[in-house]
Amino acid sequence: MQNTFYNEILTDHNLHPAHKHDLPDANMQLEGVNPSCGDDIILKLKVEDGKIVDGAYVGDGCAISQASADMMLDLVIGKTEAEARRLSDIFLRMIKGHITEEEHEELEEAGALIDVSHMPSRVKCAVLGWHTMDEIFDEPQKAMEEAGQGKAEVGES
Amino acid sequence: MTITQDMIDRVRADFPLITEDVAYLDNSATSQKPQSVIEAGKRFYETENANPLRGLYRLSVAATETYEQAREAVRAFIGAGSTEEIIFTRNATESLNLVAYSWALDNLKAGDDILVTVIEHHSNMLPWQMAAKKTGANLHYLYPDKTGAVTEEMFRNALTPETKLVCMTQLSNVLGRSYDLRTYAKIAHEAGAVFVGDGAQSTPHIPVNVTDLDVDFFAFSGHKMLAPMGIGVLYGKKALLERMQPFLRGGEMIDYVTTEGAVWAELPHKFEAGTVNAGGAAGLLAAIEYYQKLGWAFIEQRELELTRYAMEQMKDVPHVTLLGSDRPEEHHGILTFKVDGVHPHDIAAMMDEDGVCVRAGHHCAQPLLKYLGVPNTTRCSLAFYNTEAEIDRFTASLATLRSRMGYQD
Repeated sequence: MQNTFYNEILTDHNLHPAHKHDLPDANMQLEGVNPSCGDDIILKLKVEDGKIVDGAYVGDGCAISQASADMMLDLVIGKTEAEARRLSDIFLRMIKGHITEEEHEELEEAGALIDVSHMPSRVKCAVLGWHTMDEIFDEPQKAMEEAGQGKAEVGES
Repeated sequence: MTITQDMIDRVRADFPLITEDVAYLDNSATSQKPQSVIEAGKRFYETENANPLRGLYRLSVAATETYEQAREAVRAFIGAGSTEEIIFTRNATESLNLVAYSWALDNLKAGDDILVTVIEHHSNMLPWQMAAKKTGANLHYLYPDKTGAVTEEMFRNALTPETKLVCMTQLSNVLGRSYDLRTYAKIAHEAGAVFVGDGAQSTPHIPVNVTDLDVDFFAFSGHKMLAPMGIGVLYGKKALLERMQPFLRGGEMIDYVTTEGAVWAELPHKFEAGTVNAGGAAGLLAAIEYYQKLGWAFIEQRELELTRYAMEQMKDVPHVTLLGSDRPEEHHGILTFKVDGVHPHDIAAMMDEDGVCVRAGHHCAQPLLKYLGVPNTTRCSLAFYNTEAEIDRFTASLATLRSRMGYQD
């Protein structure tokens, strides 16, 4: 097979996601939608003392959106809000093509999406999880209400 | 007729963008352009460019002549009675909006019914949603069966005594099925309704005669039928167009203007405000001449051969489901499908890696896909200049998609 964007890291996170499940004790959550691909995820975080102690997502969409959300959770679980936001900033800059070699390494497997910077139509898919996480931290009140209202019961599809 | 390899090779040589590098199978989105169309636009700007319809010097007269020659070619191409009934627009979308704003808003009232099929492209749905909201008319949808078929009985049942407007495509951009507008327009007229036909997908693939169809309005785009982007057509019956107010107001669509008002120009200029796209019209004229030179017999036969071949090849690929009819005759080169477990946007991206251009998403027909229970699909759409080799490239790519996504089967 020729050089493909759909490498094993991406397809493995899409088909065998570690974090695609419900998270009943999540205390913050928001829905992220990308109308162009029909990607739709609900990102759920359990945040204690400013630290992401657990996280998960449910929903469906294209491989890039789903794998990206899974790789993001690999990276941010166990991190503080500030650290997670910093990684998000690096990821978003990677998609725009402005990062250093060191920063790319910090992203670990999420760095596998670097070629999305050459695929403008798929940028929204790659950043969906990260944008949703940023929104949770930007609007904590709303995210806590969403988690509290039991909207978490959207099953995997 | 017997279509030889030589004929196919010569047709392909007419299209500069068609090479062996890439298999262009997104013809329903826009067609490729033959050299003669590209040259016609170039020739207009190199030798005839002046503002048509207003200059009193020879150059402007030449520009006007080309523009009006294009109008006459369109008239003949779709079998209209008069060039007064041919209005140049940007595309089918603008044509349909023109009818919505200039006819529907002034002729519909609260309690009237508008009938639209759920098969429609958004451009033949959203203008009527707008008209319904503004006039208080009710919008009703006709639902086909799950293969997209509509019967006369279904159509009759969808009409009400209040139906004043019926809007229907002649060929679905998702399913490839064509609809017998002649029959439906007749039934609609008997019920006292005006009939709008959307020809964006049909005009490139089947001969159209608006007089025979007896539709009241008919819209299509140039760019889907070999012409440049930015030139489209609205056909309207003269009796209706004459009673309508202009859609856009401004230059070149008036006879007299005072500080209080204006007297509109005669048809068709009443509906062509502002400087027109004469270069685009020159391209459309060349596109029509190309269709005439090639002939419908070749086009229809070749597209059916290609459709049949593609459907046979796709049948052998596991996990692939085709939308619409099982019969190649009911697809007109449009093959919309899904692959189990692979998102259409990933399909299109992987096919792009293999040099195959296909469309992915909702194809501007979200209500239809929702009705069919498939929010997202991929579409391969063929044109007469495609080849079996390109289809082989497409199906070879199709067969690898699941394994490339990591499925073990």
